[in-house]
Amino acid sequence: MNTRGLRSQLKDSIPVAGLCPQGQYGVQDSLRSGFTSAKNELLPSHPLELSEKNFQLNQDKMNFSTLRNIQGLHAPLKLQMEYRAARQIQRLPFLPSSNLALDTLRGSDESIGFEDILNDPAQSEMMGEPHMMVEYKLGLL
Amino acid sequence: MALSNVLETPAAGFNFDNVARNAALEGLFEGGQTPKPLKTGTTIAGVVFKDGVVLGADTRATSSEVVADKMCAKIHYIAPNIYCCGAGTAADTEKTTELLSSNLTIFSMNSGRNPRVVMAVNILQDMLYRYHGQIGANLILGGVDCTGNHLYTVGPYGSVNKVPYLAMGSGDLAALGILEDRFKPDMELEKAKELVRAAIHAGIMSDLGSGNNIDICVITRRGVDYIRPYQESEYKDNRKMKYKYRPGTTPVLTEKVVPLKLEVVQETVQQMDTA
Repeated sequence: MNTRGLRSQLKDSIPVAGLCPQGQYGVQDSLRSGFTSAKNELLPSHPLELSEKNFQLNQDKMNFSTLRNIQGLHAPLKLQMEYRAARQIQRLPFLPSSNLALDTLRGSDESIGFEDILNDPAQSEMMGEPHMMVEYKLGLL
Repeated sequence: MALSNVLETPAAGFNFDNVARNAALEGLFEGGQTPKPLKTGTTIAGVVFKDGVVLGADTRATSSEVVADKMCAKIHYIAPNIYCCGAGTAADTEKTTELLSSNLTIFSMNSGRNPRVVMAVNILQDMLYRYHGQIGANLILGGVDCTGNHLYTVGPYGSVNKVPYLAMGSGDLAALGILEDRFKPDMELEKAKELVRAAIHAGIMSDLGSGNNIDICVITRRGVDYIRPYQESEYKDNRKMKYKYRPGTTPVLTEKVVPLKLEVVQETVQQMDTA
């Protein structure tokens, strides 16, 4: 696949592989992911994977930079402050949060996309181990 | 079930976990015989006439060389004044048009106005460009709004064209030939319907991926007339034999009846509140 623009996209993204191999119980799932290799863990397998992972981030950056160019520095600064405050209203990491305040600020409570239909985290059938998830979120892991 | 190696909840939206597996599996099938998705292999056409827009489509859906659906509905509802014909992968066109319709409904509830065709086109364009052509949907959008009668086409990568007459799908070359020959601006309703019917018919005759019946949808300021089917195919197959077996075909050897004794232990009646 084309790896030219990859570095700039990988830089901002949340780490893809994590610390443990994919698959249940922490053992390499040969049927689904094939044999282990460093390339499989680091590079995305589908051209859309990175752009989808960073989509919201990139949209926000684009909107804020346009706003800064039109209305000056204070406008995006104030909006980002509100986003930051709204992003903190969440349940513990292993429980699904509604993100209502953040959705309202972004305007995504008035539109439906694939992220509302497919893979809804509120209906996920698997739960992460609570202690590990909280430690990961606090950066202790 | 708690998994010990999941450190964050998975993101909503498309899931790319199986891509590596699918790529590896594709190499295993000899001769590239991977299962193909259901395509519509279509002829769709649209024409702007004096009072509105006429959209037409055939009704065959194919899965490689097999006809998967003989009465597929390819003209989708978007808004009371906007309809959309879809060619390409059947599931993609269905889902994309449903999402578009939901978004426009939310908008019209919020603002109290009828949606315009340009809004639908812009939403579609953004959505399809975001996925870089992986969503295989070739769409013809037609509608009547306060600014006039419009006909747009949106390609799978997000390209948009505004035209007075249009054909898309695998049979589009044949249909476009008919449209180029006989189209005139500001036609009457009956002539426009006949033109679209002839165009789809040419597509059906010349293309293997299109066939069966022809659906027509007429959108005007006064309302929508969805005629399904407008013309039935003259090659309908008649079943030569009946596949139901007469009662008594299988002889009964022995019969034993055991009555099930039940006694009513408790009976409660709850009134349903139908106010």
